[in-house]
Amino acid sequence: MTTHTQNPVRLLPGSELLLALVAAGGLLSILAAGFSHDHLFRLQAYVFAGAAVIFGFALTAGISGGTLKYEPDRYMDGVIRAGVIATMFWAVIGMLVGVVIACQLAWPTIFYFPEAGWLNFGRLRPLHTSGVIFAFGGNALICTSFWVVQRTCRARLAGGILPWFVFWGYQMFIALAALGYVTGITQGREYAEPEWIVDLWLTVVWVAYLLVFLGTIWKRKEPHIYVANWFYLAFIVTVAVLHLVNNAALPVGPLNHRAYSLFSGVQDALTQWWYGHNAVGFFLTAGFLGIMYYFVPKRAEKPVFSYRLSIVHFWALIFIYIWAGPHHLHYTALPQWAQTLGMTFSIMLWMPSWGGMINGLMTLSGAWDKVRTDPVIRMMVVSLAFYGMSTFEGPLMSIREVNSLSHYTDWTIGHVHSGALGWVGFISFGAIYCMVPWLWKKEKMFSNTLIEWHFWIATSGILLYIAAMWVSGIMEGLMWRAYTDQGFLAFSFIETVSAKHIEFIIRVLGGAMFLGGALIMVYNIWRTIRMPSTAPQAEARPALAAA
Amino acid sequence: MSVWTHHKKLERHSLLLVLGIVLVVSVGGLVEIAPLFWLKSTVEKVDGMRPYTPLELAGRDIYIREGCYTCHSQMIRPLKDEVERYGHYSLAAESMYDHPFQWGSKRTGPDLARVGGKYSDSWHTEHLINPRSLVPESVMPPYKFLAEKDLDTRDIVAKVRTMTAVGVPYTASEISHAEADLQAQADPYSTDAIDLKHRYGPKVANRDYDGDPDRLTEMDALIAYLQMLGTLVDFSTYQAQSPANQR
Repeated sequence: MTTHTQNPVRLLPGSELLLALVAAGGLLSILAAGFSHDHLFRLQAYVFAGAAVIFGFALTAGISGGTLKYEPDRYMDGVIRAGVIATMFWAVIGMLVGVVIACQLAWPTIFYFPEAGWLNFGRLRPLHTSGVIFAFGGNALICTSFWVVQRTCRARLAGGILPWFVFWGYQMFIALAALGYVTGITQGREYAEPEWIVDLWLTVVWVAYLLVFLGTIWKRKEPHIYVANWFYLAFIVTVAVLHLVNNAALPVGPLNHRAYSLFSGVQDALTQWWYGHNAVGFFLTAGFLGIMYYFVPKRAEKPVFSYRLSIVHFWALIFIYIWAGPHHLHYTALPQWAQTLGMTFSIMLWMPSWGGMINGLMTLSGAWDKVRTDPVIRMMVVSLAFYGMSTFEGPLMSIREVNSLSHYTDWTIGHVHSGALGWVGFISFGAIYCMVPWLWKKEKMFSNTLIEWHFWIATSGILLYIAAMWVSGIMEGLMWRAYTDQGFLAFSFIETVSAKHIEFIIRVLGGAMFLGGALIMVYNIWRTIRMPSTAPQAEARPALAAA
Repeated sequence: MSVWTHHKKLERHSLLLVLGIVLVVSVGGLVEIAPLFWLKSTVEKVDGMRPYTPLELAGRDIYIREGCYTCHSQMIRPLKDEVERYGHYSLAAESMYDHPFQWGSKRTGPDLARVGGKYSDSWHTEHLINPRSLVPESVMPPYKFLAEKDLDTRDIVAKVRTMTAVGVPYTASEISHAEADLQAQADPYSTDAIDLKHRYGPKVANRDYDGDPDRLTEMDALIAYLQMLGTLVDFSTYQAQSPANQR
C-alpha cells in the first residue's frame, strides 16, 4: 500500500492527452460548423465545440489544481458518485417527459402548442424513450458496472482518466441525442433515433467503456470472473454489435446531419427489430441482471442461489434472445419462415428468463424476513417479480394469434412499462439505495420511511399504469376487429381512440406516481449526502486489499 | 471432467468469455437476417413500383423528422378487418425503396400505408393544421408550422444521389433534374411537369398541395408524400395466390 512516487500528486494517466484531444476536437467542430450550410449539422457542431470549451476548462483546472489525482491503491469512486447523480437526474427528466406526452394524449387541446411544434408528441416520444432507456438506464448500468467490477475484481478501474471520459462522453451523447429530437434530427428508427454523427460519437464512448471494463478485469486479484461481470460483458459487447449493424447508414454529405440507412424495406425492418428487441435483451435485461447478481446477494447477505443455474441461464439467455426480433413483425411483409423462427425462440426465451428470476428470488432463502423489514430488498424482490411477469407476458404476446390482437395497441405499451418501470426501474433504484451510503461514507440512507413511501407510491403507480394499458389495449384490439350483425366493421378508427380516454387519464396518474416516487428518492439521496459521514479512519480511505 | 469444470476456463479468461459471447449472439442474426438479402422470394415481383419523386422524398424526410411513425403504422396485415379498413395488405415490394422502412409499431392513429388518394389535399392541409377541426376526438398534434415553413430544397440532389448509392435505382437524369422535378411537382402550371411525368410516370400529379400557390412549403412536400402512399402497385396484375408470391 505504498506509492512509489516522489510527487505529492500524480495526475490520472492520460489527462494531458485527453486535454489535447478535446482541444483538437473543439477546433474541428468549429471548422465543421463554419463550412456546413446545413443549420442542424451546424447546431450539432456548436454543441461539440461548446462542450470542448467547457471540458477544456475543467480539465485544465483539474490538471493544474491537482483534483485529477491518481491513487492506484484506492478504488475510483468519484466517477460512480457522478454516475449516481446523473442516473437520478435523467430518471426525473425522462419520466417527466413521459408524463407530459401521456398528458398530450389524454388532453390534446391543453398540452399541444400550435406555435411550438418542437413540443409535439412525435418529437417528445423519442426523448422519453431514449431518456429513460439510454439516459436513466444507461447511466445506472455504467455506474453500477464500475462499482461491481472494481469490488469483484478487487482492482481499481483501468485506464487512468478513461472512466471520466466514458462518463462525460456518455452525457454528451445524451445531450446531443435529446437536442436532436426536439430540433428534428432523427433517423426514424425506434430506440435508435440518433443520426450518424451521434452514432459515431457513441461508438467511440462505447469502445472506451469496453476497454475500461475489460482492463479492470485484466487487473483482477480474483482468479474467477464473477457472474455479474459476465452479464455486464455480454451487455457491453452485444450492444456494440447491434449498434454498429443497425445504424449502418450513408450520410447525405460529410457536413450534413442526415443519413440514409444502407438497408431498405423488409431487410431494414428485420435489422431494426433484431436491434430493437435486443436493446431489450441486452441493454434492459442482461445489463440489469448484472446489477441483480451483485446487489441482491449483497443486500440479502446470502450467496447466489445456484451457480450452475446462473451458467445455464446466462448462455441460454444470450443465445435465444438474439432470435426473438421477428415477433415484432408478425403478419407483416416479413417472410413467414422468419416470423415462425422468431416466435419459436421467443417462447423458448421464457425459460432462461425465469432462470434468472428464480436464481434471484431463491437467493433470499433464509432471509425472507428482510422483505418485511427492508424496503430496499422488497423493491428488488418486486423488481424480480415484475421481471418474471413481463418475461411471461412477452412470450405470450409473441404467439402469432395473440399478437394479431395485441400488436399496434396499448397492450404493447403496458407490457414495456411493466418491464421498464417494474424490473429496470426498481432494480436500479434498489442498487442506488445500496450504493449511496457506501459511496458517500454514510451509515445508512437518510430515511427508511421515505424509501417505504417511494416503494408503495411507485408500485401502485405501476399497477395503475399497466392495468390501464391492458384494458385500453385489449379493448381497442377487439374494437378494430369487431363486426356488426350485417357484416360491417362496427367501429370507425376514431371511436376506438375516444373509447380510451379514461385509460389515458389513469395512465397519467400512474406515471405521475412513479415520477413522484423518484422525486422522493432524489430528496432522500440529497439528505443522505448532506448527513455527517461515518468517518472512522479505515472506512474513510478504503484500501483495495481490505475490500 | 464435467461441463462445469470446462466452464471454469471461460470464467478465468476474459477474452475467451468475450469470444464465446460474440459467437453465441451471432448465430441468430446470421440465420434470420442474412438470407433475406439473397433469397429472391423475399420481395415479390410487382408492376408499378418506382422510386420517390424528389418532392415525395422531401416529404418523407419531414414525416420521419416529425416522428409520425411513433403513432402511425405503414403496414397493413393480411387480416380480414384490416384489409376492409385500410385496403390490400402491404407487400414487401411496396417498401423496397424505403431507406429506412417506416412500418411502425403502434397505431395511436390509423395505418397510413394506403392513405394516398383517400382524402383531398385540402382535407390534409386543414387536418394537419388543426386535427380537431375535422376530427373532434383526435389526439393528434397540430402541424400548423409546416404550412408556414418554406421547404429547404438545397440538399435534394445530394439526397437523391445518396439514395442511389444505397441502392435506389434513380437514373442519371433523375439525379441531375431533382431540383427542377421538385419545383415542377408543386406547381400546377409548370412547364417542366411533362419531363417529371416522363421520368416518374403519368400518375404523378403536379399541383399546389397546401392551398398556398405562392410558396413551396413543408406542407406541400408532406402532403405530396401522403397522397402517393400505397398507390403505386398495380393490383390488377398482382396474383396474390400465385406460388411465386407465397411466402
